[in-house]
Amino acid sequence: MLETALKGNRTYWVWLGILALIIGAGFVVYLQQFKIGLGITGMSRDVSWGFYIAQFTFLVGVAAGGVMIVLPYYLHDYKAFGKITILGEFLAVSAISMCLMFIIADLGQPMRALNVILHPTPRSMLFYDMIVLNGYLFLNIFVGWIVLQCERNSVPPPKWIKPFIYISIPFAFGIHTVTAYLYCGLPGRHFWLTAILAPRFLSSAFAAGPAFLILLCFILRKFTSFDAGEKAIQTVSKIVTYAIIANVFFFGCEVFVAMYSGIPGHVVHLKYLFVDGILAPWMWTSMALMLLAILLLLYPPTRRNESVLIVACILVFAGTWIDKGLGMISGGFVPNPLHQMNEYAPTGMELMITLAVWAAGFFILTVLYKMAVTVKEETA
Amino acid sequence: MEKSRRSFLKIAGVAALGVGFTKPTLNAYASSVVGPHPQIGDKALSAHHWGMVIDTRKFHSEKDLEPIVEACHKAHNVPDFSDMPNATSAEKKRHEIKWIWGEPYHNAFTDKENHYQSHRIEHLSFPVLCNHCEEPPCVLACPTKATFRRDDGIVLMDFHRCIGCRFCMAACPYGSRSFNFVDPRRAENLKEETCPDFPTRMKGVVEKCNLCAERLAKGLQPACAEASKGAIAVGDLGDPHSNVRVLLEHNFSIRRKPSLGTEPSVYYIV
Ligand code: SF4
Ligand code: SF4
Repeated sequence: MLETALKGNRTYWVWLGILALIIGAGFVVYLQQFKIGLGITGMSRDVSWGFYIAQFTFLVGVAAGGVMIVLPYYLHDYKAFGKITILGEFLAVSAISMCLMFIIADLGQPMRALNVILHPTPRSMLFYDMIVLNGYLFLNIFVGWIVLQCERNSVPPPKWIKPFIYISIPFAFGIHTVTAYLYCGLPGRHFWLTAILAPRFLSSAFAAGPAFLILLCFILRKFTSFDAGEKAIQTVSKIVTYAIIANVFFFGCEVFVAMYSGIPGHVVHLKYLFVDGILAPWMWTSMALMLLAILLLLYPPTRRNESVLIVACILVFAGTWIDKGLGMISGGFVPNPLHQMNEYAPTGMELMITLAVWAAGFFILTVLYKMAVTVKEETA
Repeated sequence: MEKSRRSFLKIAGVAALGVGFTKPTLNAYASSVVGPHPQIGDKALSAHHWGMVIDTRKFHSEKDLEPIVEACHKAHNVPDFSDMPNATSAEKKRHEIKWIWGEPYHNAFTDKENHYQSHRIEHLSFPVLCNHCEEPPCVLACPTKATFRRDDGIVLMDFHRCIGCRFCMAACPYGSRSFNFVDPRRAENLKEETCPDFPTRMKGVVEKCNLCAERLAKGLQPACAEASKGAIAVGDLGDPHSNVRVLLEHNFSIRRKPSLGTEPSVYYIV
């Protein structure tokens, strides 16, 4: 099936070319990081995780978001999603690939990455994260590939694929729950030490992932003959609506507990993010974007208007990205355990590597979607 | 030589598994006491539970901590980037590595702050270091067992196994861990002179206080205790008659963030 990705028009190749250039540039910068060490980043003794891990966290969410398409179709037989399940699965594949790249980029000794398998340590949450992430990656590649292959041959998917699909559903919830557990089980990091973290992660995931998928559907419709269908898009947008509301609500709960109890350990981090820190304008923007998106999505006439829907989806994606891809990690590390304010800002080199990983993700996504769309065009 | 000693210890470790030795114990010797000479002799000090008591009444100013910090950092080849050419001051601060250092009371004991504090406490600098927690969150978090707690309570690092994920740094509630953001061997102080009794590190791994496990194995007191003129005592918390337990019995002491349940093994007499 890969050969379908080798035939494309000019736009397709130019787009892949641009991505390849960014990847190449980022790789050169990465070689520098490999040689000098993580010192080329803005991370420090106090903020020991930065942009890479934040992107990782956000993208695990995007990957998990794909399940919002898979679940209604396979568990509730919601036919309108039949055409786009493959898009959800392939989005998950590219997002998880990015996650793995970010993890490797973040390791101080990447050549020793396999130590996690050579010395398995089941008390560490990272051990489980490795299992669920790789499991979910495998399941999505496998299921997506088999189902698409069958579609191409105009035969129904084999029965034995069903268990793999059903397992992929708890895995989707699993990847983001375990990712939240990386943070929320650490004593002394009060910003993360909250039971609402995993639900909050999931809700933002189920908003960001499907919102991105809607945008992708519109892009596909513009550049190819693939049309997801009005009904499917409207249903996905309702999922986005309730997920983003849940996300803002959960955050509100968090703010209430911290501010009303007034316990300093809980207040300081919020105060850092929204008042004292360099991220304050970003955090307020994030809140504004998410609230505006809720308004646009809740009111049916605006949601049904395609251009407004596109804007709303961009707002959701940007809002949740700032929330998780910027604030979530710094917020937990500042102030440090000794209550000192040492801020973090990424360096240019760090941003370049980050950009390249995103480009690599889009490269994978483009190739996978090209295959999916070609098969759909062939059989249409 | 170094290699063969390591593998010898590994074999010895496997053999010893049956007689109730645990593997981490031997790994600890294998990795933290790497050096040209075999160092586990009859003189080795042992304990059920190593701990430290710091009598802060014996410190009068920040100056008193300087020889202690210096002794530790010298003994363990801790890089000092402060006079690194072509590094900005922000970079120097970000890449800083410290095993033991001084902090004001309100930074060291963040949950015991008072508005009004005695003059002495307010102006004192308290030495902070790894607490060798009984329930160490760093050990819980590490995905490779590169950081582990030995049976005698010392929390150690295996610099050869650490993948540099820095999960342990996020987990430590005391900010006791440092990461080698750049090659530590390039630091001016290590270019000049290194201590042969302890390995230097490569970039990309985490490090922290090891309670001088390599010195205890040779029958020596930890470097900080030795340099402290009696202000720091290291001994067996598991023995009611030990130096540290006697000190604790006769003096009021506090620990850092005891409410987190990590059970620090470092006590402060205030
Ligand atoms: S003080 Fe920090 S580094 Fe030391 S044992 Fe406790 S958690 Fe681990
Ligand atoms: S940085 Fe090293 S010691 Fe720390 S958790 Fe990762 S592998 Fe373990």
